[in-house]
Amino acid sequence: MTRQRKAVALISGGLDSLLAAKLIQQQGIHVAGINFFTGFCVEGHTHAIRKKGQEKPKRNNALWVAEQLGIKLNIVDIIEEYKQVVFNPRYGYGANLNPCLDCKIFMVMKAHEWCKQNDFDFIITGEVVGQRPMSQRKDTMPLVCKRSGADDLLLRPLSARNLPPTLPEREGWVDREKLLGLSGRGRKPQIALAKQFGFDEFAQPAGGCCFLTDAQYSSKLADLWQARGSKQYELDDIMLLKVGRHLRPKAHFKVIIAREEGEGNFLRGYRKQYLSIDSLSHAGPFALIDGNVNDQDIELAASLVARYSKGRDAAEVEMEIQTPAGTGYAIKVQPLKPAAIPEQWLL
Amino acid sequence: MAVVNPVIVDARRLLCPMPVIRVQNSVAELCPGTLVEVLCTDPGALNDIPSWCRINGHRVVETRCLNDEYLVILEVGEE
Repeated sequence: MTRQRKAVALISGGLDSLLAAKLIQQQGIHVAGINFFTGFCVEGHTHAIRKKGQEKPKRNNALWVAEQLGIKLNIVDIIEEYKQVVFNPRYGYGANLNPCLDCKIFMVMKAHEWCKQNDFDFIITGEVVGQRPMSQRKDTMPLVCKRSGADDLLLRPLSARNLPPTLPEREGWVDREKLLGLSGRGRKPQIALAKQFGFDEFAQPAGGCCFLTDAQYSSKLADLWQARGSKQYELDDIMLLKVGRHLRPKAHFKVIIAREEGEGNFLRGYRKQYLSIDSLSHAGPFALIDGNVNDQDIELAASLVARYSKGRDAAEVEMEIQTPAGTGYAIKVQPLKPAAIPEQWLL
Repeated sequence: MAVVNPVIVDARRLLCPMPVIRVQNSVAELCPGTLVEVLCTDPGALNDIPSWCRINGHRVVETRCLNDEYLVILEVGEE
């Protein structure tokens, strides 16, 4: 009796990995999903934080995809291991701090390890030739196979007919003729296929599924590294970069100011780690100070936060400063005028 | 019959998908039938943890809002 073959699908939560897994399921292959959490994933974080848009259902797209396919999903925390990919990408960064090619190699390598540990036969991804400028090019896709160690066990069902036959195709585990030959950045064939399979409400995040592809986010991360004197970060650091307005009035400290109530609530969770500022005399945003500051710096930070409060036009605004230890005191400051805030402060 | 205390998973202040990962890693070590109480502050966990349970064969016993926190109680499935 022929053994049923098993494939592990890299599930990002987007449409392409959903379709790739479905195409392989249709060939009678047992599919399980794997999803990697790097800390930079655009996955509900900001939606969960902000009050705005609370009426929209919050979901993890990878879990939603797994439910649509009826497959198990293993979500793997790779936050620590992933740091080396971000710090020292062998193939460099893309337009921002996105190490896309190294990232894909790393994820396929991890999926390959998982395959061997769990007695699975091959790996599938939703990659399409020519869709991404770094990791999904005709010349870099073979590199992913080679450098990850997966070699010909990596099958891309949406683009397979543009690529050399893989082991699952050569061995007849899957029928190459039933795989696709998509290429390029167009989405029409994928959307048509989704319709054919009866999938709707699928996620199509603009700019991909990683904050590192975002210019503003990358600029804040670069600032963090510069301020600390080395490429380092912890999960809290990279989460905070997703929230609030970040302004650096001096090289040794920055102020993170909530833009709305939900962000304020989120930032309040960090009161025991950072010096914080709250408005007392007027309604205003909650803020954190990141850095070692003196009294003058605190006053400057409070004046800056006051500028974003309802007392921005008042002669004086009373603010509360709270230390991580929980002791607080009030200070009165004059809100900074917009002209007194240099553009380069805003990260 | 001995009453077994539920296993507590504290996922407060963690954002999606970390609460799910905490639950997943905890459940991997537990026997079928064990109750797990998950405390969260990310409202998205109220969708994500039940979704994870459905695809992995575990049963959600109860979900509850406690002021700004959320409680999900689940029972570990057979597999």
